[in-house]
Amino acid sequence: MQTIRRVIRFYVEGFRSMTVGRTLWALILVKLFILFAVVKLFFFPDFLAGKSDEERSRHVMRELTD
Amino acid sequence: MTDYLQTVDWSRAQFALTAIYHWLFVPLTLGLGFLVAIMETQYVRTGDAFWKRTTKFWMRLFGINFAIGVATGIILEFEFGTNWSNYSHFVGDIFGAPLAIEGIMAFFMESTFIAVMFFGWDKVSKRFHLAATWLTAVGANLSAVWILVANSWMQYPAGCTFNLDTVRNEMTSFWEVALSPVAVNKFLHTVTSSYTLAALFVVGVSAWYLLRGRERRMATASIAVASAFGLVFSLVTALTGDRSGAVVARVQPMKLAAMEALYRGEKGAPLTVVGLLRPHPVNGEAFYFSVDIPKMLSMMSFRDPDAYVPGIYDLVDGNPEHGILPTAEKIERGRRAVAELARYRTALDEGDEATQREIRALFDPATPQGEEFLREYFAYFGYGYLETPGQIVPHVPTLFYSFRVMVGAGSLFILILALVWWFNRRGDLDRRRWLLRASIACVPLAYAASQAGWILAELGRQPWAIQDMMPVSVAASKIPSGSVAVTFFLFLALFTALLAAEVSIMTRQIKLGPNDKE
Repeated sequence: MQTIRRVIRFYVEGFRSMTVGRTLWALILVKLFILFAVVKLFFFPDFLAGKSDEERSRHVMRELTD
Repeated sequence: MTDYLQTVDWSRAQFALTAIYHWLFVPLTLGLGFLVAIMETQYVRTGDAFWKRTTKFWMRLFGINFAIGVATGIILEFEFGTNWSNYSHFVGDIFGAPLAIEGIMAFFMESTFIAVMFFGWDKVSKRFHLAATWLTAVGANLSAVWILVANSWMQYPAGCTFNLDTVRNEMTSFWEVALSPVAVNKFLHTVTSSYTLAALFVVGVSAWYLLRGRERRMATASIAVASAFGLVFSLVTALTGDRSGAVVARVQPMKLAAMEALYRGEKGAPLTVVGLLRPHPVNGEAFYFSVDIPKMLSMMSFRDPDAYVPGIYDLVDGNPEHGILPTAEKIERGRRAVAELARYRTALDEGDEATQREIRALFDPATPQGEEFLREYFAYFGYGYLETPGQIVPHVPTLFYSFRVMVGAGSLFILILALVWWFNRRGDLDRRRWLLRASIACVPLAYAASQAGWILAELGRQPWAIQDMMPVSVAASKIPSGSVAVTFFLFLALFTALLAAEVSIMTRQIKLGPNDKE
C-alpha cells in the first residue's frame, strides 16, 4: 500500500512540476481525442467487424475471386 | 477510372501521407534517446552538474518530439483494418504477431520508463534514473524492430504457408519472419540512419548556439558526443545500405533495376552515380547523360564485378538464358492459382466435397502435387490479378532520384560529421562558420534523406502490397473513394497542425536554451 502511495505521489508531483509538459499533455489529449473519438468512430468503422471468422474468410475469398 | 480504382489510389495516398508524417517524428526519438543516455552516463560517471544540465536540455527536446509523435502510428493501424481489409485478413496472422509484440513489450517498456526519465530527477537514485533513460531508448528501438519486421515481410514474405480455408497466410517459422535477411538489414539500416539523423539534429542545434555565441560549453560538449556517435553510425549506415542493395538484388530485382534505371540487363553492370533521365528510354538507353562507375552495380549486387544484373526488360519479357520467367507466363500461372481458389469457393457454396478435397490437396505442401502447385503456380498468385506484364514496373524516375538523394545526402553527412568532429576536437570549430551553417542545413536534409529512403523502399515494391503475392489493386477495401478522400484531407490538416506545433515548441525551447526551468 505504501509503495502504491509513493508511486501515485511520484506521478502527481511529476505532473505538477511540469511547465512545457503541460502544453504537451494538452496537445496529446487533443490529439488522442481526435484520433479515437472523431477519426475512429466516424471515419474508421471496422470493415470486417461483426462477422464470424468463417464469414470473414468467405468475404475475403469472394473479394479475391470475383 | 472506376470508383474502386480511385479508392485504391486514395488509400495509397492516405497511407503514404500518414506514414511520411509519422516518420518525421520517429527517427529523432530512436537516436536522441541514446544520445541523451550517453550524456547522462557522463553525468553519473563524473558527477559534474554540467552534464546533468546538458542532459536535461536534450531530454526536453526528446520529450517534445516523443509527445507530439506518440500515437501518430496508430492511424496506420486503423488504416490496415479499414482501407486494406483484404490485405489485413490475408496476412493477419503474420503481420499481427510482430505488431502485437511491439504493443505489449516495447511500447509499455518505453512508456513506463519515460515517466521515471522525466519525473524521477532527484526522486530516484542516479543509477536508477540512468537505467530508466537507457531503457526508454532501448524500448523505442525495440518498437522499431517489430514494425520493421512486419514491413520486411511485405517485401519478402518468408516463413509462412497459405491456409485455403481461412484465406490467410499463417506463420510457420517465427524466426524466418523475424530474422529474414530483409528484416535484419532493414532494421539495421533504418535505425542506424535514424541515429545519424539524431546526431545531425544535436550537431545542428549546437552549431546554432555557437554561431550565436551562446552556450559554448554545452554546444561543444554536445557536438563532441553527437559527432562521434553520428560519424560511427553514418559509416554503419553506409555498410548496411550496401548490404541492403545486395539483398534487394536477390529478392526484389525489379526494385533494383528501376532504382538504377537499368532497362537491359548486362554482365559487369555499371553503377550510375548521377544522371538525367529521359522521359522514356530510347532503345533501352535511359539517360540524356550519366556518370557511371564500371562494373560497380554487379559488384554491389552480387559481390562479383562480372555478375549479370537483370534489367527491366529482362524481368518483364523474361530471359531464358538467365532463367528469368516472362511476366506473361507468371500472370498465366497466377491466374491458374486464383482460378483454383475460385473453384474452391464454388465447391464450398455448392457443398461439393470431392472438389474441395481435390483442391485442398493442391494447396497442401505435404503432398507431391501440392508441393508442385505451390511452387509452380501459387508462388505467382499475385500476378493473377495483373492485366499486363508492364504493370510490374514501378515509377522509375521517382526511384532513381530518391535513391540518389538518400545516398548523396548520406555521403555528405559522413563528410560533415567527420569535419565537425575533427575541428571540435581541435577546439576551433566555432571559427569555421561555414561548417556550422552547413551543419544546420544538414538537419532538414537528414529528414529529406530519411524520407527518400522510405519512398525508395515502398514505391519500389509497387505494384505489390505483398511482394508477388498480392497487388495493391486487390488489397484495398471496397469503400467509397469520397470517404477516403475526406480522411486524407483530415489527416493532412491534423498532421500539419502537429508538425507546426512541434516546430514551434521545439524552436522556442531551443531559443530559451538549457537555462529555463524543466
